[in-house]
Amino acid sequence: MNADRRPGRAFVFGDNVDTDALAPGLYMKGSIETLARHCLEALDSGFAGAVRPGDFVVGGENFGMGSSREQAAMVLRQLGVEAVIARSFAGLFFRNCLNLGLAPLECAGAGSIQSGDVLTVDPVAGRIINRSRAQTYSCVPIPDHLLEMVKDGGLLPHLAKKLERQRDVS
Amino acid sequence: MGRTLAEKIIARAAGRDFVQPGQIVTCRVDLAMVHDSSGPRRHKAMLEQLGAKPWDVSRIVVVTDHYVPAFDAESAAILDLTRRWVRDEGVANFYDMEGICHVILPERGHLRPGMFAVGGDSHSPTAGAWGCFMFGIGATEMCGVLVTGEIWLKVPPTHLVRWNGRLGEGVAAKDIMLALCRDVGLGTVKYGVVEYTGSAVAASSMAERMVLTNMSAELGAQTGIIAPDRVTVEALAAAGVSVPEAASWQGDADAIYAKVWEFDASALVPQVAAPHSPANAAPVGDHRGVKIDQCYIGACTGAKLDDLRMAASILRGRKVARGTRLLVAPASQRITAAAAADGTLAALAEAGAILMPSGCGACAGYGAGVLAEREVCLSSTARNFKGRMGHSDSLVYLGSAYTVAASAVTGRITDPRPMLAEKVAA
Ligand code: SF4
Repeated sequence: MNADRRPGRAFVFGDNVDTDALAPGLYMKGSIETLARHCLEALDSGFAGAVRPGDFVVGGENFGMGSSREQAAMVLRQLGVEAVIARSFAGLFFRNCLNLGLAPLECAGAGSIQSGDVLTVDPVAGRIINRSRAQTYSCVPIPDHLLEMVKDGGLLPHLAKKLERQRDVS
Repeated sequence: MGRTLAEKIIARAAGRDFVQPGQIVTCRVDLAMVHDSSGPRRHKAMLEQLGAKPWDVSRIVVVTDHYVPAFDAESAAILDLTRRWVRDEGVANFYDMEGICHVILPERGHLRPGMFAVGGDSHSPTAGAWGCFMFGIGATEMCGVLVTGEIWLKVPPTHLVRWNGRLGEGVAAKDIMLALCRDVGLGTVKYGVVEYTGSAVAASSMAERMVLTNMSAELGAQTGIIAPDRVTVEALAAAGVSVPEAASWQGDADAIYAKVWEFDASALVPQVAAPHSPANAAPVGDHRGVKIDQCYIGACTGAKLDDLRMAASILRGRKVARGTRLLVAPASQRITAAAAADGTLAALAEAGAILMPSGCGACAGYGAGVLAEREVCLSSTARNFKGRMGHSDSLVYLGSAYTVAASAVTGRITDPRPMLAEKVAA
């Protein structure tokens, strides 16, 4: 999770964006770079080519439904996506995002965002500013016990820190 | 205050007397299952990076099912890495190409009611049919479990889904789930628990109950669960597991449910879900006549012995239509052996079915049997998302093994019930 609040463009998708669309099975045994090139191609064949670091992916209800494959979140990070914003998330995908240090922002106002809108996002404050429309939306805050992990950059760096502390003590 | 079955299991695993929905707790994990796609291939490097070892190898089960048998250098390397990790760490519970993980777990006696378990796969809720609380997690989170033996959880609310009456001839658990995907919706239960009950559930086999809990994933649930009964205890005994207290894992009569849903099983007809969502389910008649290139009976959801028998009951004395192919990938080696012993396999083969290895195969587009552009498939699997079974412009319909088999005979989506009723001259 990035602390600076750079503006990024919104790529908007509908309800029930699934993990097969995010990380297609045909490319799952290849590298994350290859997989990322096919991210969301079933819904928008131009997406992986057009998205730039710092951009945002926006969905409707139940974003990330389907598989447990965390590559679904990883490819978005690989493409430089700064945060995923949706009206609601599939639970497994939501956990995977947090574990990988990608902020999943549950936002009732996500439906007002149009493709190409320029957003700035503050995941810690839970605030999204839509500069193109001069609107501000609030998000469901990420629970405290998880925010610490997201701030560490995900579960692995968080665990590494914890293990380090344990080793120091013993 | 009454507690649901799921709440009781979570409370036990969290070392508490009582938990309630919304509360965040940390649970001890009784069992962690990983497969070749989500497992060592992903967590080996993470564990090395952390300099950590698995907390308890006796609680870890590893299954190869996604890339089996290897079909190119990359899949072979994934399997090779999996085998090496298992050997190096001394994991005794390793099932190499013996079947699909969710079917292997109960078949080999790893599940018992009251267990709190996690799996590196989204259909891990399948274990709920055995009275377990089991849910899917990603590989990084699994790495956390492997290191600590623990996982955090926001106690989910439970939805009670009751199926009264009994299923008619030619109607199966798959039809129940497709109807639920449509009527309840894919996101309504919002990572809650779906507990299945009612006379139609009580009358169903363990294999059929596993379809209900398996496809709870499609409903967006964290998991599905069914309270153990006599059928469960007998099936556990058959798998060599004796759990005297099994039947005591029940929700309280005054448990509080987020919602109670009631359905009438006797009114249910075979369902078919149109591309690209299980929620696009409708009575089979609505899709009648859609031409099919490939029929697929496979996956943890749709290729247990019950499914193969459903298909055989249709296919005995009939043939797969020209211009259509029927692929059958039994969910485990033991299922293949049992189907060979009772004549089921012979019936399928004589009808022209093509027998495939036990594994995930075409279900998620990982293995053999994937679809070309514009090809149409009718499948007994759980998901028909765009591009899941091959080309992103292929079309997948979902139905029960009965419906898939009947449609293979005509080459078009077909209601299985008239075929079941009709006597075939031997
Ligand atoms: S058979 Fe399909 S649904 Fe089942 S575990 Fe394998 S890929 Fe997943």
